[in-house]
Amino acid sequence: MVEFSLWDIVRNLLLAARWTILLSLIAFAGGGLVGLALLVSRIARWPGAERGVALYVQLFQGTPLLMQLFLAYFGLSLLGLDVSAWFAAGLALTLYTSAFLAEIWRGCVDAVPKGQWEASASLALSLREQLRWVIGPQALRIAVPPTVGFLVQVIKGTALASVIGFVELTKAGTMITNATFRPFTVYACVALLYFALCWPVSAWSRRLERSLRRGH
Amino acid sequence: MGTETPIVAIGALRKRYGELEVLKGIDLQVQRGEVIAIIGKSGSGKSTLLRCINGLEEFQQGTLSVDGQSLRHHDAAAMRELRQHVGMIFQSFNLFPHLSVGRNVMLAPGLVKGRKGPEAESRARALLQRVGLAEKFDAWPDQLSGGQQQRVAIARALAMDPSVLLCDEITSALDPELVGEVLKVVEDLARDGMTLLMVTHEMGFARKVADRVVFMHAGRIHEMGPPEQLFGAPQTPELRQFLSALH
Repeated sequence: MVEFSLWDIVRNLLLAARWTILLSLIAFAGGGLVGLALLVSRIARWPGAERGVALYVQLFQGTPLLMQLFLAYFGLSLLGLDVSAWFAAGLALTLYTSAFLAEIWRGCVDAVPKGQWEASASLALSLREQLRWVIGPQALRIAVPPTVGFLVQVIKGTALASVIGFVELTKAGTMITNATFRPFTVYACVALLYFALCWPVSAWSRRLERSLRRGH
Repeated sequence: MGTETPIVAIGALRKRYGELEVLKGIDLQVQRGEVIAIIGKSGSGKSTLLRCINGLEEFQQGTLSVDGQSLRHHDAAAMRELRQHVGMIFQSFNLFPHLSVGRNVMLAPGLVKGRKGPEAESRARALLQRVGLAEKFDAWPDQLSGGQQQRVAIARALAMDPSVLLCDEITSALDPELVGEVLKVVEDLARDGMTLLMVTHEMGFARKVADRVVFMHAGRIHEMGPPEQLFGAPQTPELRQFLSALH
């Protein structure tokens, strides 16, 4: 039997953590872009957008991420599409994240007083200008804490991608445990690594919130 | 009325919220430079009428034109054009809280009319001076009193060079001691020839400044005329009752 030192465990986990980070970044970027598009389609009252987005949000909020991952992986291959675990995990996490962010941000936009819309409309601003210069900046400040809170959930949620054979932090932890028979040490390291990923994000959120609150 | 074309022309305008009809056929012509005070009980439709003029409310029937341009709700370019001619000031000020006073005033001219740079800034400063707030250029809205905020809102509306200014109960949210400073600014605007339509509860001010007073009741213009006539010799029982309730 091969002996694993603590460093061997940590080194292997760190290597796997790269994929957790990458998967999180894909979910943030993809989910953010799609979520923003959903939000704007709703605000601009595109035909069918209101109901379509509501249905989309219900669908992804109302089913477990685990099932979404299964469906993306096995469902697409049933349709004859040969998808990698990478693609399936990235797709499922993007859709899931976008549904939550669209809903969180809608609440933030709704929280901006109606008078701000009316005043900016009266000044002849277009919808785009209203969003960019008046509503957006005010909604953004409200949006930071709930958005970051959700993104931290997403980082931890990437652990579920292990069920479709994606070797990220959690899956690597399981594999190393099977080889070393030291579950407590391994999973403690896994938990610490998740914490090391999430904590800076939360700290950055607090800083961002402060800097968006103008100084006076 | 004279032969001059009216700057605001409203004809047989009707507006419904679902089943409820709040404006039941409004006809009103406003001449350039005229000051109109709209009075009436709450729920009489006076604010709704004002908000129809710059398209914040849609109406179902009738015509409305500003400067000869008829209002077309679903034509974004036409609305943008119309709103450059019609400024509005609100009861709740609605300054942009994330922008300094100066940037509140400069935002819309910069975006809509492409006025940027030092000229735009000196114009904003001049407008703030006109409302007596020259020194507040770099202040934040929440550092100002209500009266000061409302004066910034007036400067912000003026920055678009409107032909008509709509004032929707602009002193109703103010402490009594702050009402005067805002009315003073409005009075100066009236004297400078600005066309004003104002919904107001300040009867003394309406009597002093308005060329015409419009009394609205139950979604209609019930009585209209010069202030001496409306306040001095009201013709209808509804207006008499409205005026006596104020004392």
